Amino acid sequence: MAVCVAVIAKENYPLYIRSIPTENELKFHYMVHTSLDVVDEKISAMGKALVDQRELYLGLLYPTEDYKVYGYVTNSKVKFVMVVDSSNTALRDNEIRSMFRKLHNSYTDVMCNPFYNPGDRIQSRAFDSMVTSMMIQVLSRAPCCRAGEALWA
Amino acid sequence: MEAAAGGGCGSGPPLLLSEGEQQCYSELFARCAGAAGGGPGSGPPEAARAVPGAVTAAAGPVADLFRASQLPAETLHQITELCGAKRVGYFGPTQFYIALKLIAAAQSGLPVRIESLKCELPLPRFMMSKTDADTRFGNPAELHGAKVQIPYLITEKNTFKRMDDEDKQQETQSPTMSPLASPPSSPPHYQRVPLSHGYSKLRSSTEQMHPAPYEARQPLVQPEGPSSGAAGAKPPRHQASLIRSFSVEREPHDNNSNYPDEPWRITEEQREYYVNQFRSLQPDPSSFISGSVAKNFFTKSKLSIPELSYIWELSDADCDGALTLPEFCAAFHLIVARKNGYPLPEGLPPTLQPEYLQAAFPKPKRECTLFDSYSESMPANQQPRDLNRMEKLSIKDMADFPVPAQDVTSDDKQEQNKTRLEQNKIRLALKSTVDEALPKDMSEDPATSKDSNSLKARPRSRSYSSTSIEEAMKRGEDPPTPPPRPQKTHSRASSLDLNKVFQPSVPATKSGLLPPPPALPPRPCPSQSEQASEAEIHPQLNRAPSQAADSSPTKKDIPYSQPPSKPIRRKFRPENPAPENQEPSSTVGGPASAVTGKPHTAVQKQSSKQKKAIQTAIRKNKEANAVLARLNSELQQQLKEVHQERIALENQLEQLRPVTVL
Repeated sequence: MAVCVAVIAKENYPLYIRSIPTENELKFHYMVHTSLDVVDEKISAMGKALVDQRELYLGLLYPTEDYKVYGYVTNSKVKFVMVVDSSNTALRDNEIRSMFRKLHNSYTDVMCNPFYNPGDRIQSRAFDSMVTSMMIQVLSRAPCCRAGEALWA
Repeated sequence: MEAAAGGGCGSGPPLLLSEGEQQCYSELFARCAGAAGGGPGSGPPEAARAVPGAVTAAAGPVADLFRASQLPAETLHQITELCGAKRVGYFGPTQFYIALKLIAAAQSGLPVRIESLKCELPLPRFMMSKTDADTRFGNPAELHGAKVQIPYLITEKNTFKRMDDEDKQQETQSPTMSPLASPPSSPPHYQRVPLSHGYSKLRSSTEQMHPAPYEARQPLVQPEGPSSGAAGAKPPRHQASLIRSFSVEREPHDNNSNYPDEPWRITEEQREYYVNQFRSLQPDPSSFISGSVAKNFFTKSKLSIPELSYIWELSDADCDGALTLPEFCAAFHLIVARKNGYPLPEGLPPTLQPEYLQAAFPKPKRECTLFDSYSESMPANQQPRDLNRMEKLSIKDMADFPVPAQDVTSDDKQEQNKTRLEQNKIRLALKSTVDEALPKDMSEDPATSKDSNSLKARPRSRSYSSTSIEEAMKRGEDPPTPPPRPQKTHSRASSLDLNKVFQPSVPATKSGLLPPPPALPPRPCPSQSEQASEAEIHPQLNRAPSQAADSSPTKKDIPYSQPPSKPIRRKFRPENPAPENQEPSSTVGGPASAVTGKPHTAVQKQSSKQKKAIQTAIRKNKEANAVLARLNSELQQQLKEVHQERIALENQLEQLRPVTVL
């Protein structure tokens, strides 16, 4: 029941990566890393002519047994990758989109800070709190499913 | 002291204390011990008895005292080791006195060693100020700042010299006796520095950051104030305010708020300073400081980049990468606070919120002439209304963050503010936005306030732009009439030098084309000029078909004799449909009949004159265009040829140049 959020720079190194729970961090890092290939595939598949019209939300990158990985690319080739628990069936595409939009807005706010050099790790507390709120929000849905299962079990 | 040492736990070196030192140390010990024991007056006698284990100074006050000596931490560690407290595990009188002596040694610059105990040293200096610790000890001491230390030390030195003459042995044996005798008489001497329990409340994280002015300010900070005499309290208060004002001028970073419960309030002089700094960066107080400019400026404060980044995050409420004046003041204030050791808050404190700060601005801004720029942005903020009202009481009396109340007085305030503006439209428009926006601001939740900030930021800019549009519209209505059309044609035809001709006719046309030809300036009499004009006309007619370009001069000449030549002119202007009906009336009779007078034909003639003028102008421009186009193509041709030549020459040069081997 873990969720991971990562912000990857244009050069494919992480600007921000955080996961819950923290003991499986390495696994999530690996997952995010492999998902970058899929992201690149999707971007190149659009074709050069459509760069401007390319949609930022990439959708489901690939599903694994336990998790689903969603992707989002900005126009400056900064990628947001989100790993979501598969048991969380209540999560719809729209919600994922809105989460990415929030991420994008917070990322823009971080960029506006003149003390932030693009390419640095993101250490903004506002960004952290936003990501935390997202993770907890996503987490809060899972118990509902579990509770429902428990009722029926 | 040896007796005490012997009675104690056998510390090594003999401690030679002067009488002054004796008194001082025992008093200090009393305080430390008394703090532990919680009772005044328990100190000196117990200390005098020096029963081992019975009286120990509590570690807390002792630590405070030592820290107040402003020695580095390692020195203090050394001292505690040397004095034996670590060995025995507690601060007995022996250890305490040794420690104090070592502190004095360290403060005088001597190395912290046992040998220095033998030296004659001034008393150790403790930078502390009065707190309510005094009430606990019940000493009638007054407030003191650092300044009072010096005279005391001087007097002590004098007494110290006197002590030298005495037998040192006697001295060491007398310590147990003297404190008994002296305390009642000593209060005037011992008002140096009582222990400050409040000191531990202060940011012990900052050691050396401007202790003196801050210390002196503490008496102001303590809300209750000591119960000591008010007379004593006043001079240090003056002192403190003096020091504060000095520090404002000299070291702006030292400024903190005067409120212990609200360190995030900005005082008047702080605000003045921030505003001046803002103006030095950006002359117009109502516009922004860009991110890079602000970054350079704040980097000078030598805080770390992550902290500066966090401060920016807190203060840039609308996250636009630029700082308005209130945002700038908030950021500056946070930096100042951080430099003085305050930990940065989790969220922007309410007193640093941009609306709150903007509310406070009109007060100093009134003195400046820049109020108008602020008054325009002010109505866009809702809370300032009430805050302005409270401002009149004083900033210092505001205890709580004022929540906007929708009452009639706030509306009055709005009216008052808006009358300053002068625009009725704006008043009405903004009143409606204010009324609907007030409920939004009721919550003080930082998240929602941030959202409402962003919400307000956008409407603020919008309302500003809308006011300017309204103003522009208003002013656009003022200039009364559009320029009359004939003048346009007039100006266009000015190149044809028809000004002279049309000027008399223009007033006629302007006034509605009513005045008949007799209003024209004296022209040559039709009867007289007929033949002359005919003679003119013929050569003109001959010339006319030759070139289109000559149409302009002919046009020039012909109108001079307008009345007779009109029909003839019209004959040679086939594109002029209207006057063609005049042609049949042909040469001589026509002009006469035309002149004699039908106003409507004269009117027609005038409008046709204008048409002709336009047409000739058009024709002329077309010709000029054609000429220029031809010229352009010729020049381009030339350019191509020259290019080719150049390429040929370069080729030749390449061939002729000796081959260089690389």
